[in-house]
Amino acid sequence: MDRKTARFNTRTRVMVYIVLAFVYLAGVLLWGLLMDPEAYAVDYRVKFLPPGAGHLFGTDFMGRDMLFRCVKGLSTSIVIGVIASAVSSVIALAAGVAAAVVGGKLDSFVNWCVDLCMGMPHLVLLVLISFMLGRGMKGVMFGVALTHWPELTRIVRAEVLQIRAQPYVQAAYRLGKTRMQVAREHILPHVLPVYLIGVILLFPHAIMHEASITFLGFGLSAEEPAIGVILSESMKHIATGKWWLALFPGILLLAAIMLFDVIGENLKRLLNPGSGHE
Amino acid sequence: MQLEAKKISFRYQKNSPWILKDVDLTVQAGERVALLGPSGYGKSTLAKILAGYENPVKGEVFWDGAPLPKKGFCPVQMIGQHPEKAVNPRWKMARIVNEGWQADEQTLRELGIEKAWMNRWPSELSGGELQRFCIARALGPKTKFLICDEISTMLDVITQAQIWQKVLAAAQKGGLGLLVVTHNKALAARVCERIIELPKLNRPS
Ligand SMILES: Nc1ncnc2c1ncn2[C@@H]1O[C@H](COP(=O)(O)OP(=O)(O)OP(=O)(O)O)[C@@H](O)[C@H]1O
Ligand SMILES: [Mg+2]
Repeated sequence: MDRKTARFNTRTRVMVYIVLAFVYLAGVLLWGLLMDPEAYAVDYRVKFLPPGAGHLFGTDFMGRDMLFRCVKGLSTSIVIGVIASAVSSVIALAAGVAAAVVGGKLDSFVNWCVDLCMGMPHLVLLVLISFMLGRGMKGVMFGVALTHWPELTRIVRAEVLQIRAQPYVQAAYRLGKTRMQVAREHILPHVLPVYLIGVILLFPHAIMHEASITFLGFGLSAEEPAIGVILSESMKHIATGKWWLALFPGILLLAAIMLFDVIGENLKRLLNPGSGHE
Repeated sequence: MQLEAKKISFRYQKNSPWILKDVDLTVQAGERVALLGPSGYGKSTLAKILAGYENPVKGEVFWDGAPLPKKGFCPVQMIGQHPEKAVNPRWKMARIVNEGWQADEQTLRELGIEKAWMNRWPSELSGGELQRFCIARALGPKTKFLICDEISTMLDVITQAQIWQKVLAAAQKGGLGLLVVTHNKALAARVCERIIELPKLNRPS
């Protein structure tokens, strides 16, 4: 009974986090996408206002409202995160499954690519790709999408290889199951949870990396309201006591990332191999 | 009908020494044969090859004069040494036992499988209880040959006797061939008509 209640608790907790994260992200995304650019327009009369009733998050050195800028920026980050996660996860699933199922030369090639990408510092690779494609939205998007698949590929490949060698999978073939049936009934249900957790944990990485290269000046251009741009601007003013410029965007970004991390970690605990059927 | 291994050679990796080399073996349907050999000698490996779990590096396995079928329900079924690895931990027992055929009431009863177990997960059963499910799963109507790789080492003497009684009855009824891998010479003598020592067939360099 004890185990059951513990399980129930984890499950409800994960559900609560998922709903929270979804509401938060969907809210920010929609709000940002539908936002009138006037909301964060330049207005030199209200430079450097601290947080208050008129401007909840204060204003920056050009008098732009920080709340609206942050939301707009985070929504851009989320768009990039979603697209990058989608592309990366599709690459990872295809490459991982193909490598494990086909084997041989293809397997060596995929492993070689994975090692190549993982051997280089992630940020360096990102900056290189983004820079080559002329920075901006396109550079960031490609950079983030093309550098997040190796880890997940490795995970998917290892899972498929491991499950394929299990005696019960071999027994299923001997009991007359076809390849498709075995894939659907035995292999997919085993790989899917691990894969989904991988995708969920990939998402905050993507957002974080988008913010990082933009912060470093290799990503989105300075005019665009991006979290990375906002944070790097705020660094110039933090010495003069404009704390709100860094604090609020930082909190917004962290909240998005931590929610995803918490979901991923809890799902992992819920689906770990020791309690496979729970 | 007969199960026939012709010049089987096997090793797990290229360049590693051969575990099996030029092994020839023939067992008739309806015959009961024991396979003996020291631990780690390759008995389980040979069993896996004969049941089509592994492909031999050289040589071939024939059933009824034709190469062992790779698709469909295999007439040669194997029951392994580790029942906990032979069942999907994400499936309930009822689904597991019915994977290859609809196991009938009588088979389940004779193997001492209790109704309540059908609704459990594999992790909620003992090794011996799981093994009964693996046996039931392998005893389908299309099974013509049964390879038992140390299937009773985890059982107490009484359960062991009960399970062998059922396996032998099924073998008798269906005219199945039986290859029993074991360390237990007494069991081999009691269950089988012929005893094969693997070291006498095998010629690894
Ligand atoms: N999957 C594997 N990969 C590599 N080597 C293996 C593998 N399985 C078994 N071996 C090796 O092959 C040899 C034969 O193993 P096998 O399991 O066939 O022995 P066995 O005769 O069944 O032994 P036991 O009586 O202890 O069950 C052993 O030396 C073992 O280490
Ligand atoms: Mg063995």
